[in-house]
Amino acid sequence: MSNGDIIQIRDLCKTYRVGKVDVPALRGVDLDVRKGHFLSIIGPSGSGKSTLFHIIGGLTPPTSGKVVVDDKDLSAMTDPERTRMRKRTVGFVFQKFNLLPNLTARDNIAVARYIGGSDAKPEPEFEEVLRLLGIKDRLDHKPNALSGGEQQRVAIARAIVNHPAILLADEPTGNLDTGNSKTVLEVLRDLNRRLGQTILMITHNPEAAAYGDSTVHMRDGRIANRT
Amino acid sequence: MRSLLSILLIGVPVTLILCLVGLSRGFIEDSQKRARGIGADILMRPKTSSLLSLNGAPIPSQMIAFLAKQPHVKLATGVVNVAAEGVTLGATGINYEEFIRMCGGFQFRSGGGFQRPDDVILDDYYASQTKAKVGDTITLLNGKWHVSGIMESGKLAHIVMPVKTLQERLGNGGNVNQIYLKLDDPANTNPTIQYLTNIPGLADYPIYSMEAFTSLLNVNNIPALAGFIAVVMGIGVVIGFAVVCLSMYMAVLQRTREIGILKSLGASKGFILGIILSEAFFLGLGGTILGIIMSYGAAALIHALKPASLPMIIVYDWWPIAGSITIVGALLGALYPGLTAAAHDPIEALSYE
Repeated sequence: MSNGDIIQIRDLCKTYRVGKVDVPALRGVDLDVRKGHFLSIIGPSGSGKSTLFHIIGGLTPPTSGKVVVDDKDLSAMTDPERTRMRKRTVGFVFQKFNLLPNLTARDNIAVARYIGGSDAKPEPEFEEVLRLLGIKDRLDHKPNALSGGEQQRVAIARAIVNHPAILLADEPTGNLDTGNSKTVLEVLRDLNRRLGQTILMITHNPEAAAYGDSTVHMRDGRIANRT
Repeated sequence: MRSLLSILLIGVPVTLILCLVGLSRGFIEDSQKRARGIGADILMRPKTSSLLSLNGAPIPSQMIAFLAKQPHVKLATGVVNVAAEGVTLGATGINYEEFIRMCGGFQFRSGGGFQRPDDVILDDYYASQTKAKVGDTITLLNGKWHVSGIMESGKLAHIVMPVKTLQERLGNGGNVNQIYLKLDDPANTNPTIQYLTNIPGLADYPIYSMEAFTSLLNVNNIPALAGFIAVVMGIGVVIGFAVVCLSMYMAVLQRTREIGILKSLGASKGFILGIILSEAFFLGLGGTILGIIMSYGAAALIHALKPASLPMIIVYDWWPIAGSITIVGALLGALYPGLTAAAHDPIEALSYE
C-alpha cells in the first residue's frame, strides 16, 4: 500500500449481462481512499454507486481494472478468497438494515463474530462501542421490537464487531426519519473520529454526504468529481 | 409451522416401519410363546407342509396311537389347525384330556373346559378383541360355538375347540394336521426324531424338535416378509427425502435474504450448506422421535382393537435403524436445496423481497 491509501482503484469496469444484453455499470473508475477517511459517495440511481460498493466489499468481481483493498488485490481473487476477505476486511451496513429477524440484536452481532472466526462474545472493549451506538440496553430484543434507528445501529455494531478495515454503508439513512438519520450519521462520524474507522457511505442526500470528510460524485458509471 | 409439518410427515414413515417390524416380530414371538406353551418335545407335521402353512396331505388319526407306542414317547396328541381370521389368527381342535396332560392345564380367567361338543375356549386376547364372555354363542368357521371358558393366552392357539367336533364340521374324515409328542425325558428328543424318521412311511413327514421349530419362526423364514419390510423402508427413505427436499427448498426460498446477509458477513458456501443440512438433520431427528411416539400410539390402538389378530410389540432395537434411514433420507433431501442456497449470488439474495 502506497502513501496510506487503504483503497486503490484503477480503471475499474463492471458489466452485467442481462439476458443477451451487456449493461455497463462502471466505465473506468479511479479512486484512492486514505486509511481513516470518511468518504461520501453521491449520485443518481444507476450511476454505479452500489456496484462500486459491491466490488470493494468483495460481493462481486470486477470485469476489468484493478482494485486493491487493505493490500489485497480483489481483481485476482477467487470467490472463496473474496468470501474470506468479507469476514474481516469489510463490514456492510445496508439501507434495509438486513438483520436476521429471528435472532436478538446480541445474537445478530454474535453471528458476525462467529462467521469471522472469533468467539461469539465480543471483547470487553466492544462495550464502549455499544455505548457509543446507544444500543447497550436493547441487545436482547429482536429486530421487530427495535425502532428503525436502533436496528441500523445494531447493523453498524454487527458491521464493525470484527474490526474491519473498511465500513461500507449503502444509504444507511434511506429508511429512517430525520431524527434517526441524524443519530445514525453522528454515530458513523463518531466511529470515524474516535476509532479511526475508514467509512465509505453511499447516499442520495447532500446533507448526509456532508458528514463525510470528502464527497465523490458519480454519474454514468464514472466519478464525475470529488469535493 | 413448516418445520412442525415436516416433522409430522417424516414421522409417519418411521411409525410405518416400526409398526410393520413390530407386528412381524410380535406375530413371531406370539407364535413362539404359544408353541412353547404346549409342553411338547417333538412336532410332526403333514407331508409337503411348509413352516407357516399346513396345506398338504393330512395325517390319519391312527398315527397318534402309533406314535404313542414308540420308545421314549410318554404322550402323543393330534390337533387340527384352521385359519379363523386371515393368516394371523388360528383356531385349533384338541383332544382336551390329552392336551391338558401335555401342557399342564389351561389357566382359566373365567369358565372352564369343554362340557358340550360345541364348546370353545378363547384366550383373553381374542375374548377381549371380540368382547366375548363365558356362556356366549359365537360364530366361527361358519358355525355356532358356545364359549365355555376364557383362558390366559400362551398355549397353542387363541381359539381352542374339541377336535372331534371340528373334524365333523370340516368333514376331514378324522384326520389331524399336527401331532405333538411328549417324551419321558427332553434329552431324548434328537435320538427319538432320528428313530422316527427311520421308520418306513414316516420319512416324508417333517418332524421337528419344538426347540428347532420355534427357532425357525423368524422374519427371514417367512416368505417375502423381509422383502416387504425392505420395500417399506425404501418408501420411508423416499418420503423423508421428498418431504425434507420440499421443506428445505421452501425454507431456502423464504430465507433467500437471510442467506444473502450471511454471505455478506463472510459465510462460505460450506457454512450455508452446513446450516441447511443441520436443519434437515434436526427435522429427521424430530421426525424419528415423533415416529417412535406415534408407534406407541399405534401399538396401544392395535392392542385395544385387535390384540389377538395383530400382536404388535415395541421394537427398541429398530429405533436407531429407522432413525438412521430417516435422517439419511432427510440429509439427501436437503442436499439440493442446500447446494442451491450455497450457490446464491449474495447481491441478488440481498435484494430479494
